[in-house]
Amino acid sequence: MRRKVLVCGGTGCVSSRSREVYDALESELAGRGLGEQFELKYTGCHGFCEQGPLVLVEPEGYFYCRVTKEHVAKLVDSLQEGSVYEDLLYKDPDTGNRVKTRNDVPFYQKQKRLVLKNCGLINPESIEDYLNAGGYRTLQKVFKMSPDAVIDEVKKAGLRGRGGGGFPTGLKWEYARKARGDKKYIICNADEGDPGAFMDRSILEGDPHRVLEGMLTAGYAIGAGEGFVYIRAEYPLAVRRLDIAIKEAREKGFLGENILGSGFNFDIHIKQGAGAFVCGEETALIESIQGNRGMPRPRPPFPAVKGLWDRPTVVNNVETLANLPIIFDMGAEAYAAIGTEQSKGTKIFALTGKIKNTGLVEVPMGITLREIIFDIGGGIPNGKKFKAVQIGGPSGGGLSAQHLDLPIDYDSLIDAGAMMGSGGLVVMDEDTCMVELARFFLSFTRMEACGKCTPCREGNTRLLEILERIVEGRGELQDLDLLESLGHTIIDTSLCGLGQSAPNPVLSALKYFRPEYEMHVKNKLCPAGVCKALLSYRIIEEKCKACGLCLKHCPVGAITGKKGEPHRIDPEMCKKCGECLKKCPFGAIVLAGGDGFGQGQSDHKRNHVSRTQALYNLKSGGRERH
Amino acid sequence: MCVVEVKGARKLMAACATPVSDGMEVLTESDRVINARREILRLLIANHDLRCLTCERNGDCRLQDYCYRYKVEDTPYKGEVIEYPIDTNNPFFIRDYSKCIRCGKCVTVCAEINGAYVYDFMHRGFETKVTSAYDDTLQETTCTFCGMCVNVCPVAALVEKSTLWAGRPWEIKKVTTTCPYCGVGCQLKLKVKDNRIIGVAADRSGPNLGDLCSKGQFGWDYVHSPDRLTDPLVKRNGKFIKVSWDEALNYVAARFKDILNEWGGRAFAGLSSAKCTNEENYLFQKFMRSILQTNNIDHCARL
Amino acid sequence: MTNSINEILETDVILVIGSNTTEAHPVTGYRIRQAVQNGKKLIVADPRKIELVKYADLWLRHRPGTDIALLNGLAHVILRDDLWDKQFVAERSEGFEEFKKTVAKYTPERVAEITGVEAGLIEQAARMYGKAEKATIIYAMGITQHASGTHNVMAVANLAILTGNVGRPGTGVDPLRGQNNVQGACDMGCLPNYYPSYQPVDDPHVQSNFERFWQAKLPQEVGLTVTEMTDAARQGKIKCMYIMGENPVLSDPDGNRVVEALQALEFLVVQDIFLTETAQLAEVVLPAVTFAEKNGTFTNTERRIQLVRKAIDTTSSAKPDWQIIIELAQKMGHFWQYPGGPEQIMEEIARCAPLYGGISHHRLEKGGIHWPCPTPGHPGTAYLHADGFARGKGKFHSVEHVPPAEEPDEEYPLLLITGRMLYHFHTGTMSRRSHLEELRSEELAMMHPQDAEAYGIKDKDRIVVESRRGKVTTRVQVTDFVPPGSIFMTFHFKETPTNVLTIASTDPICKIPELKVCAVKIRVPFPGQARRHPESFSCH
Ligand SMILES: Cc1cc2nc3c(=O)[nH]c(=O)nc-3n(C[C@H](O)[C@H](O)[C@H](O)COP(=O)(O)O)c2cc1C
Ligand code: SF4
Ligand code: SF4
Ligand code: SF4
Repeated sequence: MRRKVLVCGGTGCVSSRSREVYDALESELAGRGLGEQFELKYTGCHGFCEQGPLVLVEPEGYFYCRVTKEHVAKLVDSLQEGSVYEDLLYKDPDTGNRVKTRNDVPFYQKQKRLVLKNCGLINPESIEDYLNAGGYRTLQKVFKMSPDAVIDEVKKAGLRGRGGGGFPTGLKWEYARKARGDKKYIICNADEGDPGAFMDRSILEGDPHRVLEGMLTAGYAIGAGEGFVYIRAEYPLAVRRLDIAIKEAREKGFLGENILGSGFNFDIHIKQGAGAFVCGEETALIESIQGNRGMPRPRPPFPAVKGLWDRPTVVNNVETLANLPIIFDMGAEAYAAIGTEQSKGTKIFALTGKIKNTGLVEVPMGITLREIIFDIGGGIPNGKKFKAVQIGGPSGGGLSAQHLDLPIDYDSLIDAGAMMGSGGLVVMDEDTCMVELARFFLSFTRMEACGKCTPCREGNTRLLEILERIVEGRGELQDLDLLESLGHTIIDTSLCGLGQSAPNPVLSALKYFRPEYEMHVKNKLCPAGVCKALLSYRIIEEKCKACGLCLKHCPVGAITGKKGEPHRIDPEMCKKCGECLKKCPFGAIVLAGGDGFGQGQSDHKRNHVSRTQALYNLKSGGRERH
Repeated sequence: MCVVEVKGARKLMAACATPVSDGMEVLTESDRVINARREILRLLIANHDLRCLTCERNGDCRLQDYCYRYKVEDTPYKGEVIEYPIDTNNPFFIRDYSKCIRCGKCVTVCAEINGAYVYDFMHRGFETKVTSAYDDTLQETTCTFCGMCVNVCPVAALVEKSTLWAGRPWEIKKVTTTCPYCGVGCQLKLKVKDNRIIGVAADRSGPNLGDLCSKGQFGWDYVHSPDRLTDPLVKRNGKFIKVSWDEALNYVAARFKDILNEWGGRAFAGLSSAKCTNEENYLFQKFMRSILQTNNIDHCARL
Repeated sequence: MTNSINEILETDVILVIGSNTTEAHPVTGYRIRQAVQNGKKLIVADPRKIELVKYADLWLRHRPGTDIALLNGLAHVILRDDLWDKQFVAERSEGFEEFKKTVAKYTPERVAEITGVEAGLIEQAARMYGKAEKATIIYAMGITQHASGTHNVMAVANLAILTGNVGRPGTGVDPLRGQNNVQGACDMGCLPNYYPSYQPVDDPHVQSNFERFWQAKLPQEVGLTVTEMTDAARQGKIKCMYIMGENPVLSDPDGNRVVEALQALEFLVVQDIFLTETAQLAEVVLPAVTFAEKNGTFTNTERRIQLVRKAIDTTSSAKPDWQIIIELAQKMGHFWQYPGGPEQIMEEIARCAPLYGGISHHRLEKGGIHWPCPTPGHPGTAYLHADGFARGKGKFHSVEHVPPAEEPDEEYPLLLITGRMLYHFHTGTMSRRSHLEELRSEELAMMHPQDAEAYGIKDKDRIVVESRRGKVTTRVQVTDFVPPGSIFMTFHFKETPTNVLTIASTDPICKIPELKVCAVKIRVPFPGQARRHPESFSCH
């Protein structure tokens, strides 16, 4: 058997120059005449982006991290020898031991990679690879069943939408199947607008045929003849691989007329979106495909009844669709055995933030946050303390240490004030300020609203402005109540999921980190030391040797002190330029949360003059002519 | 503003977009609803040019009306207020988007009734603006100046130029009448102040159901044209001179009688007008037939 | 109209022929567009690429003046493919056999030859119209203003009867009237052959009724139509004209002849709100007031009678037309008394015009009423012929295609089509004195790019358009709105009095002038110059 050398071609590794590694390996192998012995592949994402570029050697399973082209020559030596290239093996940060194979790496040990099974192992640009890995096999099964039976199977499996809402997929299909329409459509939602999320992209880049197979299954079940993949234009690699996959599938007869002799016709087209967050919302997405401004419309009628061009349409997320081949492969019962009572199967998370092992992980539903963050993610770097985790991106909520042992599924997260969302998971350590964090998410969402609903359009900006006030030390106690009541109104009165979830980061933070907010407002203190305006330069008396250097260098004369006694900084006058800190030879000056004070008047002045002039210039009354 | 509470529903629902179902229990003025509406109003006025004193819609403004109804006097949200320059480029109305509440009504009439698709929502989030494509002046768009957007705008974002500084809404008398242009016969309301027409408002009672075109909406100012005939004219030596009604009518009557006596009814012909009222047309043909003794009557019906 | 405007929303298929609805009758245009948006089918038959073409399922671009051939062709296919309403035809029509014979000759292939529309398209359109549960035909001056105007209208009616599209909501044939009260003027008997309510003047019984009612002796013979009047005046047969609120110098065909005729009169009285081109030729001009200064009623194109209400007082000595006529009658020695004004006049109308029998201003306060409305308790009639035609049964009229009176030839190689545009109205007397003028202040003759290229003409160039009867200058807009070989002009601009070009040959039955088409040639006075110095040609 030929040995395989798999170079990760996921976006993470590509940006750490895995292509160079691949090219170098190729020429090196060819140069040594080893091209026949080794099968070199450029694959989809392995998930462990933190350690990229990654190279996997099969069948031994040697797992090399942070490979650069300089390593290539030695790497090929080891390949030739059949030995292990120790230096490139993963080093367990706790024990300091080198780990030989991928399965021994703790990052992979607790995962359950079903959807991501092929990612990193096959060449996503080759349908042969996918077929060899068992791809398109389930279609034979599906086409032998009646569409109703297919829907029943999905219901039995308990699959719920991975796009955020968690709506039971089988039920959605049933509505669409029952709805009348001369045509029906399947849409694969690959908009993935959450900043920090990249699971859909990784699936499409690493295993695009899996998604096509899922779409075919869905299409067969509801009686659709056409499918669309709505994908953001910022994912050029995914678009390209998908495009290749569709072409290959057409050539092999998996798309087109009378697929596998079943009499079922189905074709798939790619629609590229401009990448507005709200276009991921299903009704806005449909508008966008129809060539209109991506603006949500009220539901009902649901797309399953009246969607694309007013015809019954199922919108499913990439990951949802990618689960289907698994269900029909292992059977609904086996699938339903994974996960919790109400949430079945696995979920992919994108681990980012203050965590050692950033990357893509697939875990069974019901796993605890602790397992994800500490066992898989390797915990918090630099010995810092875990503070919070934001799940579900800008629409999700922040959870605190008290939730570490919460088994996560759709419902437990909602109960805790967060949501699954698309699966972004941002970990925060003690240096993160929760007010600042909420501010960050709102500054994103407030510019993403489509503008239709007043609460979402105007309200999120007001939430942001209040948070800015707090961050700048001008907050008042009633601001916290205002945040809460306004947040709830926005959720209560907005039309679509964006407005209904935009205040989540603030509200959950207020719920779990209220003391931190109060500190900002009452004591003008930022415990995490993040909010600039609330920090001040102070001289630690014990350390001050009264050398006078700082006094001399302060450009505004804010420092006083006589010879022999510790100097002082007048916080009112200090401009926070930091000169003194740089100059102090004894490290006696620190920047610390303290008795901050208001700063930076950001009230917007109204510019009346030009407007009024414009009005006066118009003649009044019934105008004269001739 | 259209949110209502539906028993059993998790959140408030948009009344305009939620189909009624059997047994649905809807509360239109519950505390929860009222609170939500107040909050929305506070948000709206927080980003609005609130100089009501001289606003053309003062007293005839839906935003004012609702603030009054729900007792919203002020807003706790003092922050950014977006200011837009006023567009005064077209001959008929101004577009003052600092007063726009982004209700989208103009977008809807323009697209669904006129079919011109001039307006849409532009930009995103807080900066969303409802305007023409690329914010162009309307002459550069497919706009037909039917003015229906002006008529549906609930605030002073779209205002006829002719009504600017011409009177407070409560001083303006509205007279329902029929458009003098084409044969559709649209009903409209003339806005009158100090015996001058200053604009047109929609009227829903006629065949047009409130819709109008540019002629009906903006084509009325010929009424006040200085070219209007003011006195009877008689031509003497090739030039018109003003005369009194008595003189003019006596002269016409005398000439009519002469011609009638000399040549009889066949020497007369009359053209009546498709722009005059039924009553006038009736009298005209009665005059021609019974007094001038002729059936030589026609009008431009065939044109 | 047999049916009302908003019924357009209920119909399944709309056939628009000879009507640029979105410009000439905008609000009706909105309804057609809305209907299409709601999934209704639209067929447009027009030589011009009018706005509605954008929304149409089918567009039949037939040659101007070939409407009958086209309509007969549609009927042919409907009969051939067995899509006609046999029960309706049997029970409620007559003349079918002859009609069938006539249209048998109009095979799609032959019609294609005459009209220039592909045979396949004609078949598609026929099937679309024929299969519809409810279909309506909308037409306007585009088909009436032809030498064959009456026949055109009959051909339209034939199609509706053949498919049983009469007498139900959302069906019918709907002519759109050009001006606000054309319908009313006709209803009121401002026609040479009818008293109010279409009672024939040559019926002795009717005549004696009116003699009693008006207490006057009345003439017996049918009078002259506008075009005939012009001839009679030029021949000296008519000595005196009284013109109320019309501007025939610009609106009537062959304008130069109209001027000659008016100048030949012994005495001309014109009553108007402005000193129009016609008024300038008068000996006496009587100042009238606008719609905003008087009470009364207008009847719209769907036969709906609606109130006109006085909104402002007249600031000069001008008077409402009705008052001027009354005073003139009094000066003539007749005892005309209408102290109740228009309201009282309407009472009199109701007594002598059965269609208006139930109309009073009081009733109209609550909203317009469609005639026929014979009695005060009658609700009015939104759609006609619900249970029968006025003349008992709907009659098929066998009509044949006749070529237009004047066709392009070597000397006058282009076809001139005339019509209206959105921002102006009629001869521009009113609309051009409003701010609408700012949107459009001069004529732009439309020419197809092919022709423009052949003549070396560019957009905005100035040209002279000349027919056998006169010539005008205008600027050009190059557009595929018009078919090759023709140019389109309006009659809104006195600087470009298009009607001096048009031909006064009239429809033999209805005497509608052939305004729509005539042959012209063009010259380019200063080739290319207009482009270099556009401002030197501005109108002001
Ligand atoms: C503001 C907003 C953004 C969304 N973005 C996405 C997205 O990027 N990808 C996605 O699959 N679903 C997104 N959704 C959810 C979709 O509306 C929809 O529920 C989902 O595509 C349905 O697929 P599923 O049932 O397979 O989850 C978004 C929803 C909202 C309200
Ligand atoms: S909630 Fe926000 S994004 Fe959603 S429809 Fe309303 S304004 Fe648009
Ligand atoms: S109708 Fe007026 S307030 Fe509403 S969106 Fe349009 S301009 Fe703004
Ligand atoms: S508003 Fe326009 S469509 Fe309506 S009657 Fe007047 S001119 Fe005709």
